[in-house]
Amino acid sequence: MIDLEPIWITCKLALATTAILFIIAIPIASWLANNRSRLKTVVEAIVSMPLVLPPSVLGFYFLLAFGPAHGLGSILAQWFNVRLVFSFTGLVVASVIYSLPFMVHPIQAGLSGLSPYLKEASYSLGKSRLETLFKVTLPNIKPSLLTGIVLSFAHTIGEFGVVLMIGGNIPGETRVASIAIYDEVEAMNYHSANVYAGILFAATFVILLTVYTVNHRYLNRLHL
Amino acid sequence: MISFRIRKMLQSAQGELPLDISCEIPEGQVATIYGASGAGKTTILRILAGLLHPDEGMINADGITWLDTDRSINLSPQKRNTGIVFQDYALFPNMTVRQNLEYAGAKEDKKIVDELIGVMELQQLQARYPDTLSGGQKQRVALARALVRKPKLLLLDEPLSALDNDMRAKLQDHILQVHQYYKLTTILVSHDIAELFKMSDKVFVLERGCVVKEGTPASVFSSREISGKFQFIGDVVRIDREDIIYVLSVLINNNIVRVTATDEDMQDIKQGDKVVVSSKAFNPIIRKITIR
Repeated sequence: MIDLEPIWITCKLALATTAILFIIAIPIASWLANNRSRLKTVVEAIVSMPLVLPPSVLGFYFLLAFGPAHGLGSILAQWFNVRLVFSFTGLVVASVIYSLPFMVHPIQAGLSGLSPYLKEASYSLGKSRLETLFKVTLPNIKPSLLTGIVLSFAHTIGEFGVVLMIGGNIPGETRVASIAIYDEVEAMNYHSANVYAGILFAATFVILLTVYTVNHRYLNRLHL
Repeated sequence: MISFRIRKMLQSAQGELPLDISCEIPEGQVATIYGASGAGKTTILRILAGLLHPDEGMINADGITWLDTDRSINLSPQKRNTGIVFQDYALFPNMTVRQNLEYAGAKEDKKIVDELIGVMELQQLQARYPDTLSGGQKQRVALARALVRKPKLLLLDEPLSALDNDMRAKLQDHILQVHQYYKLTTILVSHDIAELFKMSDKVFVLERGCVVKEGTPASVFSSREISGKFQFIGDVVRIDREDIIYVLSVLINNNIVRVTATDEDMQDIKQGDKVVVSSKAFNPIIRKITIR
């Protein structure tokens, strides 16, 4: 019987990463969509860096930063007893940073495409910023939100280099499906590798198919 | 009474443009801000609504200070109780017509929503989404939505500029009707002289950020007071000289009207100008209109 735990860890990691990203990406994206300062360019560049950098570079710096011997990692270890290297929590933190552009970019594009008058109309009708965000802004960029969620989820499932560098290959803790596949192939265990790969392949296809179907339906409703 | 004094440096296509105006609008009047595009009209409305901050200024509405930069008072748009109709209407696409109106009001305030749906003739459109409405319909919804909170001040940013003439005339009537019914003070931004003649009690002519003329439409747009009872605004589309007089073809509400003019009249009139055609009331030709 094949151990399905790597699949389960992958799902848990992708869910946690996507949920955290969704919450932090909305303020970042709305700041980027409404700001024209020079700082914006810098922030945009930083957010986009994981698109370009090799995962091993990111993983390497995470390892340095979060390792218990240095800077941030030693503070976390001493003061909060948190160890981010070779732990599931560490994987989540690294994945959030690694998948940041996949959530921020679609939401930023959605917000930029929205008429600024919608927000202003809501304010002049006496509604607070928060109420405007939840009742006007976000409901009108649903396709962008959905795109962001799915891309981040899918991208986290596909993570390999960062996980390998910072998470290692600890069964039950950091051994995600992509690592497990690599591991099984190394051990000439093609059957197990095949099962993991097949599950990821099918799951990814189903997720993307669902999203495109839903988005098309949503867009069709808008342009009757 | 709404009174305001606003100064702000604007970035226009022709470089920096200082906006510097002060106006007083008595309660219950319709005032029009008239000017070419880029003169700063929309900016004034946005500052009044609290959506934009001036460099320096004061806004007072019925004794309540909305803005006073000297005393660091600046009420948020939420607290100003203005109704604003944007040029692109800004209806919320995720809500039906009825939900757009309900969003604006307090929960217990269903009555005013029903009333406005009746007044603006939106009964048939209640369940439709904004994307499925025509320009005129959207305009009516936007106007109704702006009135749900019973604003002191209604701000209209060229709300009719995208509509054809028939629809325009009908909506102008709608605006005047609700203006009187809800006892509003209204500020209209427009660059259509015919519209402001029909709609407004007072006109402020804005040129490069400053009010260059203010008063009643007749006093602002004609060099002398006209005693005629009929007057129409039109565009000169053609000028012909016949013997000692000129014959002008003037386009008024989709009709070409041919009127005569003397050398003296013609001194500053050229093709494309907007003109007032007026007639004294003692020799009109009146005929009953019957449908054949």
